[in-house]
Amino acid sequence: MSDSSFMALTLRGFARAFSKALLSERTAALPGFLQSFDPRVRVLGLFSLVLAAILCRKMTVVAILFLLATTMALASCVSLASLAKRVWIVVLAFTGIIALPALFVTPGDIIFRLPLLSLPVSAQGLQTAGLLLMRVETAVTLTTALVLCTPWTHILKALRSLHLPAEVVTMLAMTHRYVFLLIETANQMFESRQSRTVGLVTGPEKRKMTARTAGVLLSKSIDLSHEVYLAMVSRGFHGEIRLLTDFHLRARDYAMLMAFMLASGLAVWMGR
Amino acid sequence: MPRVFDIQEIAFDYEGIPAICGLSLQVEQGERIALVGANGSGKSTLLRILDALYFPGSGSISFHESPLTQNRFHQDGDFFLNFRRRVALVFQNPDVQLFNPTVFDEVAYGPLQLRWSKEDIVRRVGETLESMAISHLKDRPPYRLSGGEKKRVALASVLVLDPEVLLLDEPTSTLDPRSQSQLIDLIQQWRGTAKTVITATHQLELVEDIADRVIVLESGRIIAAGTPPEILANSELLLKANLIHAHRHSHDGIMHSHPHSHRHGHHEHEP
Repeated sequence: MSDSSFMALTLRGFARAFSKALLSERTAALPGFLQSFDPRVRVLGLFSLVLAAILCRKMTVVAILFLLATTMALASCVSLASLAKRVWIVVLAFTGIIALPALFVTPGDIIFRLPLLSLPVSAQGLQTAGLLLMRVETAVTLTTALVLCTPWTHILKALRSLHLPAEVVTMLAMTHRYVFLLIETANQMFESRQSRTVGLVTGPEKRKMTARTAGVLLSKSIDLSHEVYLAMVSRGFHGEIRLLTDFHLRARDYAMLMAFMLASGLAVWMGR
Repeated sequence: MPRVFDIQEIAFDYEGIPAICGLSLQVEQGERIALVGANGSGKSTLLRILDALYFPGSGSISFHESPLTQNRFHQDGDFFLNFRRRVALVFQNPDVQLFNPTVFDEVAYGPLQLRWSKEDIVRRVGETLESMAISHLKDRPPYRLSGGEKKRVALASVLVLDPEVLLLDEPTSTLDPRSQSQLIDLIQQWRGTAKTVITATHQLELVEDIADRVIVLESGRIIAAGTPPEILANSELLLKANLIHAHRHSHDGIMHSHPHSHRHGHHEHEP
């Protein structure tokens, strides 16, 4: 990869991060299925389904939960392409690497051998790796649906109203804010670097530059965390998340919560 | 006029590095003060102490004769809210002050924390956005705005509270000339009212417009105080505080050196 493409790719990555954030805010404002329920119901319901997916031991039940998660996401204005790019491919790549050894090391009935290496793949290994992959795909699809369909501040307020400690909620609120500040700072650093780079930069130099950028960002993040906290305190922040929007549980919210709990319980029972 | 702040011999350091050293200052209600000094002179630290974000390691500070201590802010919720309602700080870097998803939420953040009624918040936020000419930005995420727009939103997020004391840290640093003059007009409107405005700046050209009293800081100490004309006429003092520099050039082959500053957009040379 040439130096200019390395820089350009990095800068494009930052721009993508911003547009993704913007897309999330737009999706949360659309009139979709999940958006129509109280944020507390969404948080509790989707987390209970995540828990059910983790506890399930049967592939078919986890697959049903995966289909349910995908259907809910699609009904909530999250596009299939967005799910594929943001969740499925990424999970497949990362969890796939973790799950891969299970194919070969799990003892059981050998169904085929890898050509050249002649490594044995057992049916039990295939099932273990598949179950792990499916569980993670389902859990991340559910979590992504929640994050895309709920404004971040509403998730925080819902977590607080579900008695998550104020310190944890504050930490989450500030983390969200830093991500953008740090992306912006990193973007400026790379732009400034690009404007002063003439000729090719070698691989070791690129690695050095990346390490230096990471170091500077870490140091800046510490300063920023302190500054943002002071700015919040200065305007009266005392550990509580307050919003203009009041949460009201209606009959349909209770019904949906019941449905979520029932589906989770049923999945755990059937998948035991 | 009642005394707003009474600071006696305060000292503050950043992990052993002194920032404020034995500083005493009294601020009366309705005063417009400019804190001037070079970078690192302690202006921002002093503003944060006045906003009770930092507490001095020694000495004392009181607000309307009420001591400002860390324990009091932690233990007395009513005092905390009352103080935050009456004193507000605009940070130098607007990015640290803007952490909400939209401009409307940003401006509503302070009133929400101070537990205003929902109706009052919606009305006051609308009025403030209107007066700052940023109504059109109300649904935009603050981190996507330009530098000048961010600064306006940061100002609006504080002005919405209509604080009794306004602390401004380099308020014009990222503003274009038009926005700068609008801010100066705003500060001038408060002249003669009960609103106390303390502005930290190193832009000498602003001082006459925004302050009735100028305090010159150097290495965390007050080295001079006076009216804007008194301070601005004292080249030796300004040179010592690194607010102007000695300009060297030659006339007919003879080298000259004299104090040099940039005020009101013009170069000013002194003989």
